[in-house]
Amino acid sequence: MISVRELTRHYGDLVAVNNLTFTIRKGEITGLLGPNGAGKTTTLRMLTCYLTPTSGVVSIGDFRVDEDPIAVREIIGYLPESVPIYGDMVVYDYLKYVADIRGVTDPGRIREIAELCGISEIMHKNVEELSKGYRQRVGLAHAMIHDPEILILDEPTSGLDPNQIVEIRNLIREIGKTKTIILSTHILSEVEATCDRVIIINEGRIVKDSTVDAITSSHGSEIVIHATIGGADFPSIEAAIRKLDGVAHVSQTGGEGDLVTVEVQTNAASDLRPMIFHTAAENGWVLYEMARDAMTLERIFRDLTIGGGA
Amino acid sequence: MKSRGYFRKMLVIMNKELTVYFTTPIAYIVFAAFLLTTGFYFFVLSPFFFFGQAELREFFDALPVIFSITVPAVTMRLISEERHTGSLEILMTLPVTSLDVAMGKFLAATVFVSLMLVPTLMYVVTVSIVGSLDPGPVAGGYIGAVLLGATFSSIGVFASSISKNQIIAFMIGVGICITLTMIDYFLFFLPAGIVKAFQYFGLGYHFKNISKGIIDTRDIIYFLSIIAVAVLGTVKIIEERR
Repeated sequence: MISVRELTRHYGDLVAVNNLTFTIRKGEITGLLGPNGAGKTTTLRMLTCYLTPTSGVVSIGDFRVDEDPIAVREIIGYLPESVPIYGDMVVYDYLKYVADIRGVTDPGRIREIAELCGISEIMHKNVEELSKGYRQRVGLAHAMIHDPEILILDEPTSGLDPNQIVEIRNLIREIGKTKTIILSTHILSEVEATCDRVIIINEGRIVKDSTVDAITSSHGSEIVIHATIGGADFPSIEAAIRKLDGVAHVSQTGGEGDLVTVEVQTNAASDLRPMIFHTAAENGWVLYEMARDAMTLERIFRDLTIGGGA
Repeated sequence: MKSRGYFRKMLVIMNKELTVYFTTPIAYIVFAAFLLTTGFYFFVLSPFFFFGQAELREFFDALPVIFSITVPAVTMRLISEERHTGSLEILMTLPVTSLDVAMGKFLAATVFVSLMLVPTLMYVVTVSIVGSLDPGPVAGGYIGAVLLGATFSSIGVFASSISKNQIIAFMIGVGICITLTMIDYFLFFLPAGIVKAFQYFGLGYHFKNISKGIIDTRDIIYFLSIIAVAVLGTVKIIEERR
């Protein structure tokens, strides 16, 4: 559906996007994940024909971005990051304007899309009076008015409150059942919550391209235990815990007063928590807290982008 | 079919801009300023009341200078605001070409500027009630005024595409319009041999010809070629400044 080959974009001396190659199949929800400044927005802008690539080829559907940009724009719905829709227009007029440009003639379509995006009640309001959440919904309605096959969303949940984030994510999931969606984000839980597939980019390069399930399960055998312990200092805690079977790494992640919070990375098949509890009891430490986590995308992401895991 | 679709997008953009003009205060402010100034020329400076001459010459003579300031004020926001708020990204990712955008905005400004001329028809009515008015120069004057408005609109849109800042867009627009208007007044400093050539570039010369009631294709071509250059320049800048 979307094929990107050796896509590169320079801004003067800065290489914002460096040799990206990936393909996206029909019906997938793909997350483009990376820290700020990784080149996500630049990539999306090239897919939507707003920016011209310095080199490389982008094909969307049957069309190439450099050969038939108008045809590409016709089959795409795009929501830019800050949702820069005209402030001085009423929501209905704005959607009507976009529908007219797109040649959408069905008079019921605007009402239909308003219902889907949950903006029926605010159709008569000025865009600049809207809350961030509603603005985002109007942006989504704008992107979907012509029922595009491909939806490209740049940071669709940025600046929203937690309830709005859940609502927008559900909406994206719902739409994603029938459409191909690419969304960019720097929030990992967003990818876990909404995407089938994730492309992690850093400094303009792809560092990981795989399904979300594959990433979490391949690193999933690594278990992390967080424990808050009182009555001992970190070196002695580290020394004692290190002796346990299956401990890969112990590090201090916090501490307050006499308390020390440690993170224990394990690769053991069995649960290490009982062993840690016994170790604490034998040494006369006080165990305040203990929790067990699967290796999260958050960590994988950190390893890949900072640890030079590419 | 394809070409009908093509003009459709341009007209949708024009319509949207016109709607915004009449739903925001700026249009009314410019409208009022324009009528006050032209009214001043007509009622205070014109020989009409002193000598009872039935003509609108003063009004048409002053028009290039008045338009040089009011038209860029009308056009300054058209593209620079889109750049400033970022909405240009949305516009340019809709299936429209840069020419659609440049033409749509130019047509909206031209229609708006032409509408500004409508209330001045009151002057025509006033004069013709009092004296016998020669219809030729008046008709020519209005045709020239619309052409002049269109030309300045295209220049204003071009200026608006250059900067994110509306004030800068306005100044650039005024600068170009005033220069074209003023060429006539500086001819006087030039050696006689090249006066003719420079005169042709001056806007006042062509406007005066038309407002005398003489519609010459050379004058019309002059205005149309400035419009073409300005619109294509706008397209070029929209394409490059992304």
